[in-house]
Amino acid sequence: MNVVEIEHLTVKYPDVKALDDVSFTVKEGDFLGIIGPNGAGKSTLFATMLGLNNKYDGIIKFFGQDIRKSKDYLKEIGYVPQKPIFEKNFPATVNDIVRMSLRKESNEKKIDEILQQLWIHELSNRRIGELSGGQLQRVFIAKALVNNPKILILDEPVTGIDQQNIDLFFSILRELNSKQKITIIWSSHDLDAVNQLANHVACLNRTLFFHGESDDFFDNDELVKQYSEASMQEHMHHH
Amino acid sequence: MSFEILSFSFMHRALISGVAIAILCSVIGLFLVLRRYSLFGDAIAHSSFGGIALGLLAGVYPLWTAYGVSLVSALIITRVKEKFNISGDASVAVLLSSGIAVGLVIIGISGGFTIDIFSFLFGSILLVSVNDTILILSLTGIILIVVLVLYRQLLYSTFNEEQAKVSGIPVEKINYLIVFMAGLTVVTSIQLVGVLLISALFVIPNVTAIMYGKGFKQTAILSISFSIFSVVTGILISYVFDITPAGTIVLLSIGLFAGTMGIKSMGLLSKN
Repeated sequence: MNVVEIEHLTVKYPDVKALDDVSFTVKEGDFLGIIGPNGAGKSTLFATMLGLNNKYDGIIKFFGQDIRKSKDYLKEIGYVPQKPIFEKNFPATVNDIVRMSLRKESNEKKIDEILQQLWIHELSNRRIGELSGGQLQRVFIAKALVNNPKILILDEPVTGIDQQNIDLFFSILRELNSKQKITIIWSSHDLDAVNQLANHVACLNRTLFFHGESDDFFDNDELVKQYSEASMQEHMHHH
Repeated sequence: MSFEILSFSFMHRALISGVAIAILCSVIGLFLVLRRYSLFGDAIAHSSFGGIALGLLAGVYPLWTAYGVSLVSALIITRVKEKFNISGDASVAVLLSSGIAVGLVIIGISGGFTIDIFSFLFGSILLVSVNDTILILSLTGIILIVVLVLYRQLLYSTFNEEQAKVSGIPVEKINYLIVFMAGLTVVTSIQLVGVLLISALFVIPNVTAIMYGKGFKQTAILSISFSIFSVVTGILISYVFDITPAGTIVLLSIGLFAGTMGIKSMGLLSKN
């Protein structure tokens, strides 16, 4: 069953097309890695899918429903932003942040369970401004999971996090996808990570130049080379 | 200090109203401070000055016109800020000066009514009537109930608007609600500390409480406690020594703020 269908999605900014005629589908239980260099339109794609940008052409459907018609699909989505922005001294503990997302008070028990699952149980009374990048990221995943979402959307979630925390994070994602059958849509510019985790790959650089099984992508040397070059140029450009 | 002052009914009214206002300003102020909207209270208070002058000119009870003018200008400025993408501090500056300007022009037209204006500028908590007290208690009750019912939505949209939207929270409506409640709170509090010192009640107890490094609810409780302490002690001290309550209350809050900074700089509080 398709949980996400995107048809001919185009997003225009005044000077440039951020997304140009992008179409793809995501099936229930997929682990889709969306790869592309910085500025490829990944964040624009997510913002539009999450209903934060209404100025687009084309159709986006979640669970068969056009998102222009109803925002109910948001209840089934957990979203982990690229870099959670907040005031350093915001007076909120881990517990406050996770609880804030909770739709039904009856799911109270769920909070403990998730904090334990993500190894942040002992941090529950710490202020979020005191946490490391890796801990903070797990707090935001906990926050995204607290309403039992069917789909988890993560935007470049390993930027600025150390290797040990990245490994822990990957094993958590694998478990969520394989055991809890949560569909995962994950944007990244790290090809190795996508190769390790995702079973589907979409390559985005304003337009979609590949979408399919991840083996088909990684077996195709030409595509991988093309992606790596684009990514490398971007990298050089930024340094 | 004699306990005799606690037997006066005007003192009961002052203390009851003062405590209610202290709680209200702390709670609404915490959301404003965290939204980097610290001076918004000040701006609404200044715009209410125009409303007060209007009421005095028209012979209407000035607080009613102040409520009207403040709420309308708070909503307009929020709309203008959204629509024309003007920064928060600039929109506050516009609102602040417009209110005073309107007030001054009206006072000029009417030939001046300085005595009444003075009590609104600096507060007159010892003069609150039974009706005022009832109004203050009712508004405090209503606003606190709204905050408790919508606690999650208010906190979430204060923490991060974008994520709150993705979680299906109607962020724009919540923003208007906060501004509306702030408008009501400011005008209600004018009787305690006056137009000029109102933002002190919104901001100082909250920035003090935030330094203690606690979670959201504990921070709110600390802020309310600091605020009640300053208001009650301030009213009593000012009566005994015959000085202005508004100034005394604000100086006490500043004392708590300075004390907390002292404790913090000695490393006795957690990192945050």
